Amino acid sequence: MHPSVQGIVTIVVGITTCVTYFYVSNWVLDHVLFPAKGPKTGRNINRANMVRPWLFLAPALAALGLYLAYPIVETLYLSLTERLPGNEYRWAGLDNYRQMLDDPKFSEALVNNLLWLLVVPAFSTAFGLLAAQLTDRIGWGNIAKSIIFMPMAISFVGASVIWKLVYDAKPAGEAQIGVLNALYVGITHNDPQTWLTIMPWNSFLLMVVLIWIQTGFAMVILSAALRGIPEETIEAAVVDGANPFQIFFKIKVPQIIPTILVVWTTITVTVLKVFDIVFAMTNGQWETQVLANYMFDKLFRANDWGVGSAAAMVIMLLVTPILFLNIRNARREID
Amino acid sequence: MHAVRTQSTLKWTVHLSVLFLVALWIFPTTGLFVSSFRTVDQISSGGWWASMLSAEQNLVVRAAKPSSQVQDGNLYVIEGDLFAADKGMVISAWGISSKAIGAYKPNQFAELRKGGRITVTADGHFRMVNSEPFIGSRGQRIFFTAQVPPEFTLANYHEMLFDSSNIDGMAGAFLATMTVTVPATIIPILIAAFAAYALAWMRFPGRAMLIAVVVGLLVVPLQLALIPLLKLHMNIGIGKGYIGVWLAHTGFGLPLAIYLLRNYMAGLPRDIIENARVDGATEFQIFTRIILPLSYPALASFAIFQFLWTWNDLLVAKVFLIDATGQTIVMTAKIVELLGTYGGNWEILATSAFVSIAVPLAVFFTLQKYLVRGLLAGSVK
Repeated sequence: MHPSVQGIVTIVVGITTCVTYFYVSNWVLDHVLFPAKGPKTGRNINRANMVRPWLFLAPALAALGLYLAYPIVETLYLSLTERLPGNEYRWAGLDNYRQMLDDPKFSEALVNNLLWLLVVPAFSTAFGLLAAQLTDRIGWGNIAKSIIFMPMAISFVGASVIWKLVYDAKPAGEAQIGVLNALYVGITHNDPQTWLTIMPWNSFLLMVVLIWIQTGFAMVILSAALRGIPEETIEAAVVDGANPFQIFFKIKVPQIIPTILVVWTTITVTVLKVFDIVFAMTNGQWETQVLANYMFDKLFRANDWGVGSAAAMVIMLLVTPILFLNIRNARREID
Repeated sequence: MHAVRTQSTLKWTVHLSVLFLVALWIFPTTGLFVSSFRTVDQISSGGWWASMLSAEQNLVVRAAKPSSQVQDGNLYVIEGDLFAADKGMVISAWGISSKAIGAYKPNQFAELRKGGRITVTADGHFRMVNSEPFIGSRGQRIFFTAQVPPEFTLANYHEMLFDSSNIDGMAGAFLATMTVTVPATIIPILIAAFAAYALAWMRFPGRAMLIAVVVGLLVVPLQLALIPLLKLHMNIGIGKGYIGVWLAHTGFGLPLAIYLLRNYMAGLPRDIIENARVDGATEFQIFTRIILPLSYPALASFAIFQFLWTWNDLLVAKVFLIDATGQTIVMTAKIVELLGTYGGNWEILATSAFVSIAVPLAVFFTLQKYLVRGLLAGSVK
């Protein structure tokens, strides 16, 4: 069977199964288990309504449990064991973590990741805020927004190819087809540089790719927040003779600090997960390694599940504060 | 007066800054896009930004062979054109030795080493004349410098998509990506919608905690799930393949789906639901007849997110789908492979990247409204 046919069959089977499950389970609940008739009508309706939410939730909970919750526990377990030949596992305590800490590639990845965590959210948010503020005031702002937002639709791999062309280097004397080298050679008359091999700048050149992608996201969210600012506060400032910069920095920005934080933390999570850009552009060579790619290296190249899982736990650990922050915010919003 | 002038200066500054920002943002993509329509020679002859203008190129062509000479009176003549007239090229200098490729201007005469004379006109016509027959088997090499007008070609796309003899073609990978994406987008929606309805409109103990769990799972890095799930898939016999990647994408997409849909459904007017309940509609009917149709914008938002995410994904496909045979390689993985093998062949890289980027970009520009709505609803406030 051709995979695309298999795909269509899967869609049909998947949807039919889902609908059948929901329909049949509800029917059984209402007509067989707790029928809404006879002497116990009231009690039956109440009982059915107590059970029903769990019928609605069951498939989702099963999938979430199996695909996200269980792996956290399993990864933790794997990070504390050593895989032996023949599918055997031996308790290793913290050995994997110790081995990882001794690995210079790991500390390189950790340091780089911390840099990524500082630089990418900061620049994306700053550019996003700038773009949001500027485009809100002009007639063709929506077109400008579309263009700045567009990289969000492009895959990390596609973006890597796009930026590799920007950073491309031809031997000295030949026409430079990468714009960075064309500018560099044109202005300084030095020899062209292979930018992606020059430490420590190459890491920053990789960050540029993610900033380019994430700025659109920041802009969209912040632009909505800026529009939500009550007009009176701005009018009052204008009456008091504030200039546009004062209005922006002293009136507008303080009012959208919570949104800025949301944007910042969301981009932070993206940064921690980002793997494709480094994988496609340098594959961690020339000291550009990051945790996600280090983990992939260990898991699928070195086949070292213990250290790979330990690296995954480090990523999880770094995400955890944001996880709790989000939960707290969401609860406050729901209550 | 002064205030008015500052106002208009400020306005111009804003326009120019936005213009600069937009140019900066679109420039890299344009570069790849333009390069995908250029030939190998054009790409290496100079930056893509110069491709809109005519460029000066140094070319070399062999004149017609001596066997094609004709006798004109008592002279032997070889005539021909260096390039087709419709190319619109203009020669500024030419030569007959690689050591002096620009020794002559158009219409000047050069003495040939083996006897006779040659001249080349600006539009590429050459004429070799000799009083004795030309000898040898190969044509005279003519070097020339010409102004070449911009030229674009679809040949790269033809080669990467429709040339079945090209083993690096993207057609198979395109189909594979499609096969991954469509079920992986549709299946989670239904599962999530039911759960979201329960979390939005049913009262039961543990509801608040479940919502918190979903919010928490939103940020769990899927890296954690790779090995445990691969192990699981191997143990239950799914192995690596489409089923595995569909299941994985469904699982990973659910938190966002549930969160987005719950937020949207919770905002629907209470009256509609209460009235339906009073009228004796079952929860199942309320859900399928009222909630689902009303939630269409949120469903669309999530569908777009999940589509973009699964189409653009590399990691999940690499781990759960692509096996050693490489039959099921998706476009992102294929491009990474091409980056490894053809690091400098930009006509191949640019074209294959654009084949994969084109569909998400089309979705983006047609359905941007829903994407923005989804982002606004989906970021944890």
